[in-house]
Amino acid sequence: MTMTNSATLAAPVGGLYHRRRITNKVALGLALGAAGFGLFWLVAILWTLLYNGLSSINIALFTENTPPPGGEGGLLNAIFGSVIMTTVATLVGTPIGVMAGTYLAEFGRNTKLAEVVRFINDVLLSAPSIMVGLFVYEVMVVRMGHFSAWAGAMALAVIVIPVVVRTTEDMLKLVPNSLREAAAALGAPQWKVITMVAFRAARNGMITGVLLAIARISGETAPLLFTALNNQFWSADMNAPMANLPVVIFQYAMSPYEDWRQLAWGGALLITVTILLLNIGARLLAGLGTTRK
Amino acid sequence: MTMTHMDANSHAHGSRMIPPTAFAGGERPIAGAGLPEKISVRNLDFFYDGYRALKNISLPLYDRQVTAFIGPSGCGKSTLLRILNRMYDLYPKQVATGEVMLDGTNILSPKQDLNLLRARVGMVFQKPTPFPMSIYDNIAFGVRLYEKLSKADMDERIEFSLRRAALWDEVKDKLRQNGMSLSGGQQQRLCIARAIAVKPSVLLLDEPTSALDPISTAKCEELVDELRSDYCIAIVTHNMQQAARISNFTAFMYLGELIEFGNTEEIFTNPTKEKTSEYITGRFG
Amino acid sequence: MTEIALALTEQASTTRRARRQRLQDAAFRNATLAFALLVLLILGGVTVSLIDGALPALRAFGFGFVATEVWNPVSENFGALAPIYGTLVTSIIAMAVGIPVSFGIALFITEMCPAWLKRPLGVAIELLAGIPSIIYGIWGLFVFAPFMQSTVQPFLISTLGQIPGLGNLFMGPPYGIGILTAGLILGIMVLPFITSITRDVFETVPPMVRESAYGLGATTWEVVWNVVLPYTRTGVMGGVMLGLGRALGETMAVTFVIGNAHRISSSIMAPGTTISASIANEFTEAVGDVYTSSLVALGLILFLITFAVLSLAKLMLLRLQRKAGV
Repeated sequence: MTMTNSATLAAPVGGLYHRRRITNKVALGLALGAAGFGLFWLVAILWTLLYNGLSSINIALFTENTPPPGGEGGLLNAIFGSVIMTTVATLVGTPIGVMAGTYLAEFGRNTKLAEVVRFINDVLLSAPSIMVGLFVYEVMVVRMGHFSAWAGAMALAVIVIPVVVRTTEDMLKLVPNSLREAAAALGAPQWKVITMVAFRAARNGMITGVLLAIARISGETAPLLFTALNNQFWSADMNAPMANLPVVIFQYAMSPYEDWRQLAWGGALLITVTILLLNIGARLLAGLGTTRK
Repeated sequence: MTMTHMDANSHAHGSRMIPPTAFAGGERPIAGAGLPEKISVRNLDFFYDGYRALKNISLPLYDRQVTAFIGPSGCGKSTLLRILNRMYDLYPKQVATGEVMLDGTNILSPKQDLNLLRARVGMVFQKPTPFPMSIYDNIAFGVRLYEKLSKADMDERIEFSLRRAALWDEVKDKLRQNGMSLSGGQQQRLCIARAIAVKPSVLLLDEPTSALDPISTAKCEELVDELRSDYCIAIVTHNMQQAARISNFTAFMYLGELIEFGNTEEIFTNPTKEKTSEYITGRFG
Repeated sequence: MTEIALALTEQASTTRRARRQRLQDAAFRNATLAFALLVLLILGGVTVSLIDGALPALRAFGFGFVATEVWNPVSENFGALAPIYGTLVTSIIAMAVGIPVSFGIALFITEMCPAWLKRPLGVAIELLAGIPSIIYGIWGLFVFAPFMQSTVQPFLISTLGQIPGLGNLFMGPPYGIGILTAGLILGIMVLPFITSITRDVFETVPPMVRESAYGLGATTWEVVWNVVLPYTRTGVMGGVMLGLGRALGETMAVTFVIGNAHRISSSIMAPGTTISASIANEFTEAVGDVYTSSLVALGLILFLITFAVLSLAKLMLLRLQRKAGV
């Protein structure tokens, strides 16, 4: 009796169990390999970026405009253009996204319309950004007759909207109903319940959404290619083509000039660091929101 | 428990005299006969998505008295409370039929303005619900909805409410702090202060101490005892000792029906219904 | 008397206030509704403007547009077959790399890695998902393409390229850039997307279900393969479809390394083009209505493909959510 008992507890050699254990080891080994393989490439990309980018980060990068081929220069006008267009896009897209998200979370719960809007919004959220560029080209650039920073900003705004709609809705849904009831119990009309209580309670999450949206558009290239175009010179005119980091990186990287390629690496590092910081900031803010609850 | 037999004549103020409501369990003389009825519930039915959650409820809520609602979970006591300020209207597919008269007007009428009603009928919930803003703004929130007060008047109102809620001494130096930073018991008293600040005439308390520790519970109970002289209070509680301690009248509900309503002392010492006595002696629930 | 008058005016002002609040409520509600409708309008606008812009090309070439390979700006003769082919093939390569590797990473994170590593790794994956695609593109151009040219492609030509039949896929000189390189970069790019969704979806499996499988003596692999994966199948599929949607529409990661050649080669190492890369490369330089319109028509085709894929992805994720009772 004792013999059989101890025998079942020890791993028997050969047989079904042995095969199962081998399968397990092989499968997990493959998973480990896949994880290592995937992470290797992702780390390789970041490392190359850091290696090549750091060497071109200097004062001139932030103080001088984009140079002609062979000349010395920086990315000042492109940085400026990116900041301007990102800001305008955020200012335009955020209120629209917040309002639409509010409808989905507060008024449209369980309605067919909200379901459709939510679905379309999710499609827009992952739709290829180059189509947004085409859309704004057709709607604005063709009508106005020229490329402009306005068109670039609007293209980016169209990308901001679905991100903000999504996070606003998600965050408002996390606000406990008891809080809404408590405000309603004081006789507050619904719009005050929402704007003064629910928005406040969801504030961190909603800001997180806006930060994520900014992170998303700071690297977008495709929608700017034929809306804002590019501008080799300093320009603050929203009615004219405007330089911006992604398009400059694209053009300079594809060029045959070594100086331009260096600048492209510098710009790429700049964008990546900005986006990582925005993402980390958003994450920390979201974390703050959850720990306090 | 002396207040259970208050002299009706001393309560001639304000509220209109309304013919006493006929209620279930009316075998003994009507409890509180002669007291002014602040709220009269008559033949009330309530449906969630077609399911009948309350069945033909009729009972009075007397002015300046505390009425406790007891019964096992799911018996409809919270539902009943949420009808008194029409909180259920926030959700679709919930319907109440019958009459709920507040100072002589039927609040179930579709013409009733909900925000005005809720400003007159304050409510405190199971869990503290401080708004994500400062203590001061928490209380000012409701006041600003219906009154334009000067800074001095507002300060005064806030001090008044916090004093009534027995919270003033604890928070007077940190009115600008976030309401969420208070302890659970303080938060709940803040919510009571917030409800009082709007100057309601009815207070609905939905298991207000269920999330609190014993010391905070005792404070809240003392507070209810003090508030009784100014408001018509309805409290839902799971805790029978609490009902016995703080209420003048008790309604026992079971499966959506009002089984028995009467003076708290009589309900607890001499219930007329079998179910009631089973519940209060702890045989079920 | 005055007290009554006061009470009356107070009551009047309160009812006025109540009426105003009702109006404000309605205004706010309708405003949010209007902006919600605006979201629909955007999609409608995208659809209409793409169709409108594509009309001249579709009128000129008819349905032959999607069936011809020729792309000649000089004679103004355009066909979409090469970009469509390139889009599909790069996406297939991307998925062939992306799906198993993402699955491996998600499996590693949820079932194998030590607890202290779980969160940092998960966060790192999500941060990587935020890196803009142009970074993948520039890395592909300067680092990965030369590596492909010097090492991977010669190796493939000398091994797989020698096999009759299959060898056709790996023929020709090692350019470095081309369909294969673009597909591999896309594969690396969609890794974080698919991984983070797969990981999220794996974590929707109730611990009790997982534990009861372990409790029967199942190995980690058996739990994942026989319990977790069937339980989350639609969700994982949804994640894969989302990744596919990305890959199909991705512009910048591809444009750098695709070679922009409007032809269909038997070899996947040859330069080619995708829909989005064609648009990005040629749109600003396109002269003449037909040329521009042909590019917009490409965009319309991409729109239809991605809309279908994304809708399918969304429906699958929704089904999982319903099942999980969220």
